[in-house]
Amino acid sequence: MGLASENGLVIFSKSSCCMCYAVNMLFQGIGVKPVMYDIDQDPEGREMEKALMKLGGAAAAGPVPAVFIGGKFMGSTNEIMSAHLSGQLVQMLKPFHHSMS
Amino acid sequence: MNSSSTQFVTSGGMGMYDHMHQLSMWGESFKSNGSPHPLSSMLLPNTSPSLIITADMKLDNQSEDTSGTPGPLNKYDQEVTKSSEKIQRRLAQNREAARKSRLRKKGLYVASGVEASHVGFNGAVNSGIATFEAEYGHWLEEQQKHVSDLRAAVTSNISDGEMRVLVEASLNHYYELFRMKGAAAKADVFYVMSGLWKSSAERFFLWIGGFRPSELIKILRPKIEPLAEPQLQGICNLGQLCQQAEDALSQGMDRLQQTLAQSVADGQLGEASYSPQIDTAMEKLDGVVRFVRQADHLRKAALVQVSQILTPRQAARGLLVLGEYFERLRALSQVWATNTREPE
Repeated sequence: MGLASENGLVIFSKSSCCMCYAVNMLFQGIGVKPVMYDIDQDPEGREMEKALMKLGGAAAAGPVPAVFIGGKFMGSTNEIMSAHLSGQLVQMLKPFHHSMS
Repeated sequence: MNSSSTQFVTSGGMGMYDHMHQLSMWGESFKSNGSPHPLSSMLLPNTSPSLIITADMKLDNQSEDTSGTPGPLNKYDQEVTKSSEKIQRRLAQNREAARKSRLRKKGLYVASGVEASHVGFNGAVNSGIATFEAEYGHWLEEQQKHVSDLRAAVTSNISDGEMRVLVEASLNHYYELFRMKGAAAKADVFYVMSGLWKSSAERFFLWIGGFRPSELIKILRPKIEPLAEPQLQGICNLGQLCQQAEDALSQGMDRLQQTLAQSVADGQLGEASYSPQIDTAMEKLDGVVRFVRQADHLRKAALVQVSQILTPRQAARGLLVLGEYFERLRALSQVWATNTREPE
């Protein structure tokens, strides 16, 4: 996942995924603009989906949204929401704030 | 005894006459309020046991197998099994209606106007929703106990350790409800989104199938003060974080609603759908299930944070406030329903 390590905040998504949109809105609401990568628009989308499903594990609701911060896989919506409520998300984004538009 | 009546007489091991007696007793409990319960008149049009007994008589005549041993299901056995299942569902519904009637008398349960919404046009029952409603009745009874325990605890001198146990028990009870709702959402997501099991006053405040965490925090904060500065900060901050998360989910939900509406307009959802498009339609409905579950996850995460920010005693007080708040909402629905004024 070279894409993920190049940018501070990357969310793998699908164009039809409204939960991905919701997570995007959450980040924008706290002042960071994530790079949204729609895997259904990628010719290797199927492979990416398989890889993301492995990353997410059995508990994930789906392969997307898959959130990467600083190249590290942070999880899907559950993890992001929990991290946000505990205050951790804002902390994790601090080093990347200056590089975001 | 032939196999048909064996199948009708289930785990209770009751004979035909016992069933008749049981049914007439249920009929009595419906009438005990003075007027037949609206739900019972939907399920048992004449509130009489004769409807069910007639079906059983038909089973007797149809069955050819007198051996009583299970064999490969022939056509008649299949009919018998289907009717027997229908009867079992009816009996379960009757028991449930009687239970709700008891809860209502105790002021613990308020029927919504669309209580029997899970009964489809053709009379088919959504068993996932029927299960949920039965479980919710139990849940409400348990909830009353938790609230009483909390009420007794906050005015007592029990240790922090003991208080924590009560807090955990109360929290787990809420988490159990979220689990139940998650299962129900798979059975009928629109039912859960509309909060149909709730009283009408509770439904007024509905946000994606349940309460809005930021609202609850606003309500409970003044009731648990005075708080030390870090805790006050923590709770206020949590309220803000919940608001942000809710806004994000609301925006996603709005978008999903739009795409769903478009699908309906395009004829992609519903009975006339062609199979190539069914996948997209199911995907979208799964999307709604996902939002309902995500909202419940947020509610749970908010409760977890509240319990971590506050001391056990403060958390107990907070949960008591919450429990009483919902009790009052339910009572409000009932008061309103029983005091409907005549149109002027």
